[in-house]
Amino acid sequence: MARNVTNQRKLINTVAAWAVGLLIFFPILWTILTSFKTEATAIADPPVFLFFDWTLDNYRVVQERSDYMRFLWNSVIIAGGSTFLGILVAVPAAWSMAFVPSARTKDILLWMLSTKMLPAVGVLYPIYLIFIKMGLLDSRVGLTIVLMLINLPIIIWMLYTYFREIPGEILEAARMDGASLKEEILYVLTPMAIPGIASTVLLNIILAWNEAFWTLNLTAANAAPLTAFIASYSSPEGLFYAKLSAASTMAIAPILILGWFSQKQLVRGLTFGAVK
Amino acid sequence: MTIKTAFCAASALALATAGGAFADSHTTTLTIATVNNGDMVRMQGLTEDFTAKNPDIALEWVTLEENVLRQRVTQDIAANGGQFDVMTIGTYEVPIWGAQDWLVSLNDLPAEWDADDILPAMRGGLTVDGELYAAPFYGESSMVMYRKDLMEAAGMEMPDAPTWDDIKAAAEAMTDKDAEVYGICLRGKAGWGENMAFLSAMANSYGARWFDEEWKPQFDTDAWNATLTDYLELMNNYGPPGASTNGFNENLSLFQQGKCGMWIDATVAASFVTNPQDSTVADQVGFALAPDNGLGKRGNWLWAWSLAIPAGSDSVDAAKKFVAWATSKEYTALVAENEGWANVPPGTRTSLYENEAYTSAAPFAEMTLNSINSADPKNPAVDPVPYTGVQFVAIPEFAGIATQVGQEFSAALAGQQTAEEALEKAQALTTDEMEAAGY
Amino acid sequence: MATKASRSAARLMMAPAVVLLLGWMLVPLCMTLYFSFKKYLPLRGGDLGWVGFDNYVRFFSSSAFWPSVQATLVIVGGVLAITVVFGILLAILLDQPMWGQGIVRILVIAPFFVMPTVSALVWKNMFMDPVNGLFAHLWKFFGATPVEWLSQASMTSLIIIVAWQWLPFATLILLTAIQSLDSEQLEAAEMDGAPALSRFGYITLPHLSRAITVVVLIQTIFLLSIFAEIFVTTQGSFGTRTLTYLVYQRVLESQNVGLGSAGGIFAVILANIIAIFLMRIVGKNLDA
Repeated sequence: MARNVTNQRKLINTVAAWAVGLLIFFPILWTILTSFKTEATAIADPPVFLFFDWTLDNYRVVQERSDYMRFLWNSVIIAGGSTFLGILVAVPAAWSMAFVPSARTKDILLWMLSTKMLPAVGVLYPIYLIFIKMGLLDSRVGLTIVLMLINLPIIIWMLYTYFREIPGEILEAARMDGASLKEEILYVLTPMAIPGIASTVLLNIILAWNEAFWTLNLTAANAAPLTAFIASYSSPEGLFYAKLSAASTMAIAPILILGWFSQKQLVRGLTFGAVK
Repeated sequence: MTIKTAFCAASALALATAGGAFADSHTTTLTIATVNNGDMVRMQGLTEDFTAKNPDIALEWVTLEENVLRQRVTQDIAANGGQFDVMTIGTYEVPIWGAQDWLVSLNDLPAEWDADDILPAMRGGLTVDGELYAAPFYGESSMVMYRKDLMEAAGMEMPDAPTWDDIKAAAEAMTDKDAEVYGICLRGKAGWGENMAFLSAMANSYGARWFDEEWKPQFDTDAWNATLTDYLELMNNYGPPGASTNGFNENLSLFQQGKCGMWIDATVAASFVTNPQDSTVADQVGFALAPDNGLGKRGNWLWAWSLAIPAGSDSVDAAKKFVAWATSKEYTALVAENEGWANVPPGTRTSLYENEAYTSAAPFAEMTLNSINSADPKNPAVDPVPYTGVQFVAIPEFAGIATQVGQEFSAALAGQQTAEEALEKAQALTTDEMEAAGY
Repeated sequence: MATKASRSAARLMMAPAVVLLLGWMLVPLCMTLYFSFKKYLPLRGGDLGWVGFDNYVRFFSSSAFWPSVQATLVIVGGVLAITVVFGILLAILLDQPMWGQGIVRILVIAPFFVMPTVSALVWKNMFMDPVNGLFAHLWKFFGATPVEWLSQASMTSLIIIVAWQWLPFATLILLTAIQSLDSEQLEAAEMDGAPALSRFGYITLPHLSRAITVVVLIQTIFLLSIFAEIFVTTQGSFGTRTLTYLVYQRVLESQNVGLGSAGGIFAVILANIIAIFLMRIVGKNLDA
């Protein structure tokens, strides 16, 4: 009865939610709009919202200055590669913690999370030296490994909470049918775990895509991803809002689109087992 | 499980080889770290000229914002990372790094490069023990840029060599806050290369200095107090809002929009504020020497963004070719051909200032040259000092110290503390850091 | 249910993750510890010998230390407070029936995808700039003097920027939790005449406690190490120098690796104090 809301209440909800939604989204919308303005329009007072001469000039200038595709490609490789490696390592670990828990499982899990608290700036110098020794500076491999490591705790944690939701009875049934451990993983667990893994993959790609400390400090020309692309636009000479907006839009567009297309999985993935 | 582990290893290996397979054996690839300012970006657009002459050399650019660039190249050279073949660095880094033998000497650049043509002030700043360690790409001092129309409207005239009192009077007369015209725009953003560059140079003209001959910090002196008090007074009364976060770029943008009456900053800005494409006040800009206080020193600095080759580079010869090209007279001519004489990188070569095509296209040429020539990095202050550098002190600790001092001064400009408090903290932290460094 | 065989298999399966993370933690940590007892100045020739606890004493006793701890706690606390409170409100709002829920959710989720550098640049320049920023235009429109956000209200500005980035995350988790709330229970309470506020306090909030814990835990981990936002906006001036940023200044700006490493160890200790504190609560809540 109470859930049987009137249209009037629904309307109020709608207006309120849309208002808040647009407010939160506004900075991004404004950036995208500004990227199509001229520099002079970008700083006009009063601000121009929609009615201006739309131009693609900023995108042309940005592309001329730095080859977007190369940065994009590096971002894709590094974010994708680190996620792939991370999943390879994390799935078995999370599986065993979820289905063969021991007294220390929770401690191990919390310890893993605590490694994420190591401040990156504090260990930059050691990592830099190690990278020099191993010839990994400015290589996609090195960056992939580092990003895999920094996000590994989160991946394991997410997968663990997912796997725990899979009822143990199914496994026991499979075992009674004589399934081996490998078969158990391949034919019983994997299909059930796919949605969870998908969400984890998504979240990890976003985190790796946006990581801005290691990606900037460990790369030069060859492995520089979009975070480095942006670092050359933070304050060029003179008016630059429109160019900054264009570069920003280019940097966030791929991940924004990916996120929007997969938001259902992502929303599920973000719950971290907060809900049973 | 062994299958799985093997798979892990295999995929890691696959990734590794994929990453390493890109090196080409025929061409040398130079990785060039550079700053994202107008002249450098322009150079990137003109590199076809270089690669056409040197088909066996490919160029990779790492263009970064100034602060990021400094951090990256310093980190790389200090740890001997060898990521870059050419670095864009300034007159602050060159003497320090050169003395450590971290840079390749450029004394053997080809004769056509004409080292004797480099302005003596610039050449001196980039030379350590007779070895030239970096080639200046463009050089700058600082000077007063002002709006002729506003001065005229106020019934005033700017002398070619103003005093700080002239500046104060002009700032007061030009300020019209309702019309969003602020008499004076100065750097307020914290950083050794931002507000401290300006304030250190200004302090020199007030008779202040960073250290006495025993390396004792001098922020507790009256001269520093007078410097900071006057600076705060100027900015609070006649400066734009939010001045404490304005650096070079922010002020340039304000000036181009016609919101500043005066701007005391780098001479390279002159070509940007007089460029009608970007500047709304292009035809109204006048120039004057940086102000003095009658003590014999002007508040103008000396700086050159220069190209240097780190000793860790494995393509030194190719890098030298590139450096020679980018800092040559031919490059200047190339820019002039493509972008006009007013846009060539200024402040490095005597021949440029003897070139009539340039001096007639660039109304600021003479003032720039005079400013550069009046800066003296060996004797920057009124009193003797143990260091070189006008707006910096060429010791490795300076960048860290001055950035922190700059934050105190910036906080004072934001009204969060008084000049006295800021100076007290500056004195304490400088003393502390110098002790830590073993002075 | 676990047999001996599956136990050892489980251990094998965990091994790669544990070894990798152990290595990732121990190797840099040991190197940092080693450097922290040295006078190590790369720009003065590198390793200049052992100095015992000098670096620790210097870092701890410097006037910048306590303010930086305070700044860290204020930012983490401020962002957590905003994201949790507004996250709950938003989650409740989004849980209501409405038209176009999917699109609204897309709008709300969007800031989470924006890289920190970009969001800091956009906020700093296009919104908070006191001359050309949108806020300045807005303030002037209402006849007010524009606020100099990044200098006069530096902490607030920083918290706004970071909270904007993390609000979607909090909202999503809380929304999922609310959606799983037993609506019959709420309806029963409503029929019994319980006012909305007490329905919220006695039914919704306790139900959310676990979700809130997760939000706080995950966000704290990320917030303790925020860097890009500060680097782009204030560079640590105006009281926004967090412990992380202070360490950055010591290691990279001053190129004093020894001193910075000592600071890094302090940061690790602070992080772990908070971690232990958090883990206690989380650990309890995770069993529930």
